Amino acid sequence: MSTVITFKPVSTAHSNAPVLEIGHLAVGYRGSDGFQRVVHDVSLRVRPGEVVALVGESGSGKTTTAQAVIGLLAENGRLEAGAVRLNGTDIAGWSQKQLDTIRGSKISLIPQDPTSSLNPVKTIGAQVAEVLQIHRRGSRAEIDARVVELLARVGLSRPELRAKQYSHELSGGMRQRVLIAIAIALRPALIIADEPTSALDVTVQKRILDLIDELRREYGTAVLLVTHDLGVAADRANHIVVLKGGRIQEQGPTSEILASPRSEYTRKLLADAPSLGKIRAVPRARSPRIRGSDDAIVVQNLVQDFSVGGRREAFRAVDDVSFTVQRGTTHAIVGESGSGKTTTARGIVGFQKPTSGRILVDGVDVTTLRGENLRRFRKTIQLVYQNPFASLDPQQTIFQIVEEPLLNFDPLPRDDRARKVHAILERVGLPQSVLTRKPRALSGGQRQRVAIARALVLDPQVLVLDEAVSALDVTVQAQILELLEELQQALGLTYLFISHDLAVVRQISDTVSVLHNGRQVDSGLVEDVFLRPGSAYTRELISAIPGQRNVSPR
Amino acid sequence: MTGLNTIGRSLLRDDADILESSSPGSTRVSSNAQRLKSIRSIQPGLVLAWFVMAVVVLWALFPQWFTGYSPTAGVARQQLRAPSAEHWLGTDALGRDVLARIIYGAGNSLSGAFVAVGVGLLVGTTLGIVAGSARGRIDGAIMRGVDVLLSIPQLLLSLSIVILLGFGIVNAAIAVGVTSIASFARLARSEVVRVRASDYVEAAFGSGGTFTRVLLRHILPNSLTSVIAFAALQLGWAILTISTLGFLGYGAPPPTPEWGLLIAEGRNYLARAWWLTTVPGIVVILVVLSANRISQSFGKARA
Repeated sequence: MSTVITFKPVSTAHSNAPVLEIGHLAVGYRGSDGFQRVVHDVSLRVRPGEVVALVGESGSGKTTTAQAVIGLLAENGRLEAGAVRLNGTDIAGWSQKQLDTIRGSKISLIPQDPTSSLNPVKTIGAQVAEVLQIHRRGSRAEIDARVVELLARVGLSRPELRAKQYSHELSGGMRQRVLIAIAIALRPALIIADEPTSALDVTVQKRILDLIDELRREYGTAVLLVTHDLGVAADRANHIVVLKGGRIQEQGPTSEILASPRSEYTRKLLADAPSLGKIRAVPRARSPRIRGSDDAIVVQNLVQDFSVGGRREAFRAVDDVSFTVQRGTTHAIVGESGSGKTTTARGIVGFQKPTSGRILVDGVDVTTLRGENLRRFRKTIQLVYQNPFASLDPQQTIFQIVEEPLLNFDPLPRDDRARKVHAILERVGLPQSVLTRKPRALSGGQRQRVAIARALVLDPQVLVLDEAVSALDVTVQAQILELLEELQQALGLTYLFISHDLAVVRQISDTVSVLHNGRQVDSGLVEDVFLRPGSAYTRELISAIPGQRNVSPR
Repeated sequence: MTGLNTIGRSLLRDDADILESSSPGSTRVSSNAQRLKSIRSIQPGLVLAWFVMAVVVLWALFPQWFTGYSPTAGVARQQLRAPSAEHWLGTDALGRDVLARIIYGAGNSLSGAFVAVGVGLLVGTTLGIVAGSARGRIDGAIMRGVDVLLSIPQLLLSLSIVILLGFGIVNAAIAVGVTSIASFARLARSEVVRVRASDYVEAAFGSGGTFTRVLLRHILPNSLTSVIAFAALQLGWAILTISTLGFLGYGAPPPTPEWGLLIAEGRNYLARAWWLTTVPGIVVILVVLSANRISQSFGKARA
């Protein structure tokens, strides 16, 4: 390569020249209907040792901006205007070949999904070594030693062993640590972290963010943090840039943005973010339709075993879980992935026969139901799934989807069915015009409303919500939670709310069970559990909720 | 077999290049793109494929529209004439018009192919759906049977069946159909298993759906699209295999015009009369390629 670019040495924290300066950046994608600009006039600076958070919903252009900086736009994307200055050198017009010389050494990326970002057929060590080899840093022995050192640095136990393992042998958190090791291997001046913890459990998320923080302080690296979670941004960033529709809504120091947001949109984001949460001050008003105080769900000593790979010994997914839910209230089951929360829910809905224990829903023992009785029972309890993209049949229209449960029970004349579908659609706040559309023409929030409408059309007593808002943007999430609350008031519904997100749980539920490795480690009224957690695990979960640091009590 | 696809794809690439090299002004680009989009939606390869299929189907249905000659009665003293204005594709050793024989042969070859695909589609898909929805022992039994079917070379299997059933175009078609049962069953089963595992099927059961209703409303519509695309692909393959059987003498008996038989008959005169084998061969290739291209467009529409 003919061009030799000299970079200023990585500056120390007190130098104030920005590491990264984006000026009037515009990026567009070529789509089926022409060229569409998705990032408009974005300008920002990242100084050494500083964390700048790019915050926005899906489609706000935050990831596109980050990709444009490191030259990794999708094939149909193009940087149309603006400058990307890295230590003063404009790299906006650089070819991929030129960018290769700085990627990894001057800028590096921590990708979002640790599972798909590692090569499954190469060892961890080989993948960390790759970046050192590409930039020719040292002999083979030196590289091997450096790899182990890096793996130890990012907090992996037994680094020599890890270097020889493959990515499927590591947990999600460990994989993310490996990606961080790759990112910091050459001590770049700037790390772009694209939703580095969105795929991880909340306690793991906290540890990973702590690690990034620590490394930043140690090396004086600047971090551009891309996140949809305002809580994470509030905790970790010095400076927040709020994006919407590819335009900067506002930017400024974190404390200023949180204390006195200037744009309407930021105010809305702040209000909707559950983790920056308003705790329900007043005890929730009970629905008027509650008949007495009987129990809608009773779970007693629930145990669920799964046989593992033909071996005799079974894996115990749920171990002696008991709780009761009063009619008209919301009970939350909280836990990380693998804690048994979804298994518990599936047992209650009747999709799985528990190994032992009793489940009473509306006075009926679910565990003894079979065949036609089980089918009849489904009218009482309905499940809303996490992913509204997978839970609606892509070939059906919205009308068919919502109407279908009605066809399964006592036959109603066509007109009555149509009337019911229209009524329920209005109930969940959808316009009648969606009835003839297919799910793919709807947004995520609208689809989840359709799923709720389908669940409610049979007038069930109990609704089980399995991570029903986890896949949605905060603003949409807030709308769906509001809808759920309203429906509960109006219809006297009982909710079983399965979630990993404690902040949301605190906002919506009356009682809670905390599960850890299949065991119930805490349970009771939400406020009791939050203020006086009964187990170390619950305390860890609560302290891991992002958004607690910079928020002054409001 | 993908010659036509390659042409189609390279045309697409040309469009993309035009788009890339056009001016950076985004408004002009977008109007260009719109114009190109309408061109792009008409894929020349696909149009050609449909045209070939349409012509062949018309040959099969109304052969008399396309030729005045008889496919079976030869004209004395006109043997082995080269292509001319009178006989566009020449005549064979008995003085029969080759074009007439190809046109009348379309009926035999196409109906054979449809029977073959029909047998495979009906039996194979049913087996696959039963296996995929029943699971457990029934699934195991059916799929092991399918494995046995797959372990026998297809040509050997179809030859054995023809010998068992007796020679003839219908029997050859049935034999070809039987050999494709296994692939249909496998595809249908995997699709059913995939759809069954989806959230929306569970949700349908969860809202009180009976097994039959869920099968009819969700599992079948969502799993059959790729089976249909595969059936179109099999059509080309069936024409080819039936021609192979005809060539080997296990298909239609001699005076009948059938493409494989035409090629076989012409083989003895290859040195003196190239048109006897070459032209029917090209027709078979064109039809098979067209069926592949059409099948691919089904597959794409689904994705």
